[in-house]
Amino acid sequence: MKLPTLRIYTIAYLIFLYAPIIILPIFAFNNSTAVAFPLQGFTTQWFGQVWADPALREALKNSLIVAVSTSVLSTFFGILAARASTRYSFPGSGPVLGLIMLPMVLPEMIMAMALLVVFLSVGIPLSLFTIILGDVLICTPFAVAILTSAFQSLDRSLEEAAQDLGEGPFSTFYLVILPLVMPGIISATLICFTISIDEFIIANFLGSGQKLLSTYIFGQLRFPKNVPNIMALGTILVGVSIALLSLAEFFRRRGIAKTGAKDTGGFL
Amino acid sequence: MSEPFPRNRFWVSEAASGLALISPTAIFAILLLAAPLATTLLYSVFTDGYLTVIPQFQICNYIGECHSRLADGSVEPQAYLGAWSDPVVLSLMQRSLFVSVLVTATTVLLAYPVAYFVSFNVEASRKSLWLFLITIPFWTSYVIRVFMWNVMISRTGVINSALEGLHIISDPLQMSFTIQAMVVTLAHAYAPFAILPIYVALEKIDRSLLEAGQDLGETRFTTFLRVTLPLSMTGVIAAVLIVFIPVIGDYITPNLIGGGKIPMIANMIEKQMLKADNRPLGSAIAVSAMLVVGLVSVLFLFLNRRYLRAQK
Amino acid sequence: MTVTTDKPTMIEFRDVHKYYGDYHALRGINATIKAGEFFSLLGPSGCGKTTLLRTIAGFEGISSGVVLIDGKDVAGIPPNNRPTNMVFQSYAIFPHLTVEQNVGFGLRKDPRSKEDKARAVDEALAMVGLSGYGKRAAHALSGGQRQRVALARALILKPKVLLLDEPLSALDKKLRENMQVELIKLQRQVGITFILVTHDQEEALVMSDRIAVMFEGEIAQLDDPETLYRLPKTRAVANFIGTMNFLPAKIIAEGAGKVEVEAQGFGRVILDEQKQVTGQTSPGGCTIGFRPETATILFEGQNAPDRESMATVEEVVYYGDMTYYDVRLDGTSEPMRLSMRNTFGRPVLDIGTRARIGWSPGALVMFR
Repeated sequence: MKLPTLRIYTIAYLIFLYAPIIILPIFAFNNSTAVAFPLQGFTTQWFGQVWADPALREALKNSLIVAVSTSVLSTFFGILAARASTRYSFPGSGPVLGLIMLPMVLPEMIMAMALLVVFLSVGIPLSLFTIILGDVLICTPFAVAILTSAFQSLDRSLEEAAQDLGEGPFSTFYLVILPLVMPGIISATLICFTISIDEFIIANFLGSGQKLLSTYIFGQLRFPKNVPNIMALGTILVGVSIALLSLAEFFRRRGIAKTGAKDTGGFL
Repeated sequence: MSEPFPRNRFWVSEAASGLALISPTAIFAILLLAAPLATTLLYSVFTDGYLTVIPQFQICNYIGECHSRLADGSVEPQAYLGAWSDPVVLSLMQRSLFVSVLVTATTVLLAYPVAYFVSFNVEASRKSLWLFLITIPFWTSYVIRVFMWNVMISRTGVINSALEGLHIISDPLQMSFTIQAMVVTLAHAYAPFAILPIYVALEKIDRSLLEAGQDLGETRFTTFLRVTLPLSMTGVIAAVLIVFIPVIGDYITPNLIGGGKIPMIANMIEKQMLKADNRPLGSAIAVSAMLVVGLVSVLFLFLNRRYLRAQK
Repeated sequence: MTVTTDKPTMIEFRDVHKYYGDYHALRGINATIKAGEFFSLLGPSGCGKTTLLRTIAGFEGISSGVVLIDGKDVAGIPPNNRPTNMVFQSYAIFPHLTVEQNVGFGLRKDPRSKEDKARAVDEALAMVGLSGYGKRAAHALSGGQRQRVALARALILKPKVLLLDEPLSALDKKLRENMQVELIKLQRQVGITFILVTHDQEEALVMSDRIAVMFEGEIAQLDDPETLYRLPKTRAVANFIGTMNFLPAKIIAEGAGKVEVEAQGFGRVILDEQKQVTGQTSPGGCTIGFRPETATILFEGQNAPDRESMATVEEVVYYGDMTYYDVRLDGTSEPMRLSMRNTFGRPVLDIGTRARIGWSPGALVMFR
């Protein structure tokens, strides 16, 4: 089936996938509040307005606090779970891992509502902290998935060799294991950061009204005159996301090159 | 032979280290996932009070008529219907299922050729680049992507204005607030979820099997039907599951693309939990949704098992 | 390849048992390995040879028994504190480090100066023939080079015992044969105990001073290569090391260090109890065994060195320098394998040919 139709189809599909992302910057620089053709000329005023908006700065600050905390915590939890599941065999590892990975396949709304109910009944006040807890829950499975493949590609005998050559468990970890899985750790951190920045449902329902970037954007959508601002902001966010992902991909590949392993593709 | 005394010492310590290492993550998941889900299950059989939940067992949040309690503890005269008795909830559930099935079918059908192309027609060294290209849009803000679809399909939006400018149409097309628009948006949002599992399944197929198929007299197309497609079914089933589950619980798309006019089950859960403050009913709907998701998953996992067995 | 019994003991196993859950991996290992000996653990996969090696290194605990290294019970001592170093089957070269850093990995806590350590690394690399490779990235090395790095990395720590876990199995045939010779030379040069795990009987025979043949968690026989080959204790050992033909036999008479047996196809023979009888005494039937190269097809004009029997050629496998014949001796039911060197002028026989087989009672082994 080496037909050019397949290639053409795939490229058409990629255009469909990228359409919203490509349209975004076009209208972010368009000198009109109406998002429609024909284009009205080049402007950077929307970016200026975005920069000048104090509510947005607040949202950005909150989002950064949440995303940084989430990525660090999720990666930490991910390291523990991935290391435990790849290195040790222990009773109940299947169900435990299943529970940890469950958020990947549960509708987010259900998780958010269940968490909300518990926070309210236990008396934990909603805040950025509760958003972080929810985000960590969502991100940890992704971190575990990435780190598991990083830890799996580690040859067990490397660890034994380090021990055989006189290193204890702790120095073996930081001299051998850590350098080899570091690319995985970095890429897990970046992915979790990206997920957390984009996350809407948790931010909307588990916060106490502080705006994050995603909820701020969602709120602005009701006002048509703010639409170009959102497009400018969206352009920045998409640009940052792509930059972070490229970085993550770079580290993932470097990790593969370092260990001389075969590239099996993608993050997931 | 005498019983060696510390027979299982090594394994005990191995198990202990593993459990100790995974325990922080596991405890976190138990506290923030297992416990909340259990609470939801519990709430769904409790009685709704004024701004609170009364631990009094009843099944009417699922079936039949239910009464909330007022602030003074008395029974509210007006009844509400349980999740499975309320035609509104049922129709929303039906719509969610319908939309999910439609989205899943669209997404998987559209994704298969792409996965096939990357697996079979792209050089090995460029595969991960293609996969990276396919996954990038997925990692950018969901809210922004949904919003962009809204902007593109609205009455005065990008597509209509472009088509009018090119004199292809004279009157704008009505695309917003339709189920079709929701399906397109969701199919876009979950595309990589479908492509990756199918791609992985296709990659695992031993290429010599295809040559064997042709050697045994099949054409390329019949080889695809008789060898490649059956062998990639596990990936297709995984793709179906992994798209279906999040779509059925999607909240943003019905809200933005449907303009709130075409709510799905997640919007109903939100409404009962927050705006109507009927947490037992909200919990019952949530549990029902999870049951539906669970049933569909079990069905497909069963299918998957059959395919796996057929391969052995 | 003679065993020098006066050498001190380096490693001793006393009734070592090892369980994985319910699986009995080592079933009462008793053995001593001498200082400076090239010792091999030989057996099929799953026989426990690697497990036994790893109990020396300290990667596996044992369920009962004692392991002594240089006279010291090593129970509870972690691998990093044992006077042993290991060459791993996968070589376990640290992929994030250079060759130099790999070789010098174990010197981190060494109190010597940086320059001295660097000199030690250079010497170790020179010893394995890798001078000048120090700056290379480890993952860019070939299989044979990796193995040399692994050797240098282990030997630089001057262990009392070097453990080698199937170190040659990943190499191709030519390279493997070269490395076998190099390993023997290296062992003579450094003079420490080498313990090699292998499933390749030829490799074990070529390299070892002594070999322990293991089956199913037990040592079936521990001997020098020649004894193992000439006088295997069981039919399993005889079959694992080379090929042996077996003929059913009956004991006719016994006494004064001699045994007279009646063997199918060979008739009556008298064997030396000391040199030719092996295995434990069991009443009734016994088996006579002989190696393919100890009997010969007598071509025209050749006379039997000792005894002669008639047989029919049933299968011919031509190997170039050798031809293997499956011949059935008159009066027997199973064919015997014979190996004949294809010297000049000697024909290759066809299937179905009648042939005279020449053999000698001195080359037979009797299993009780």
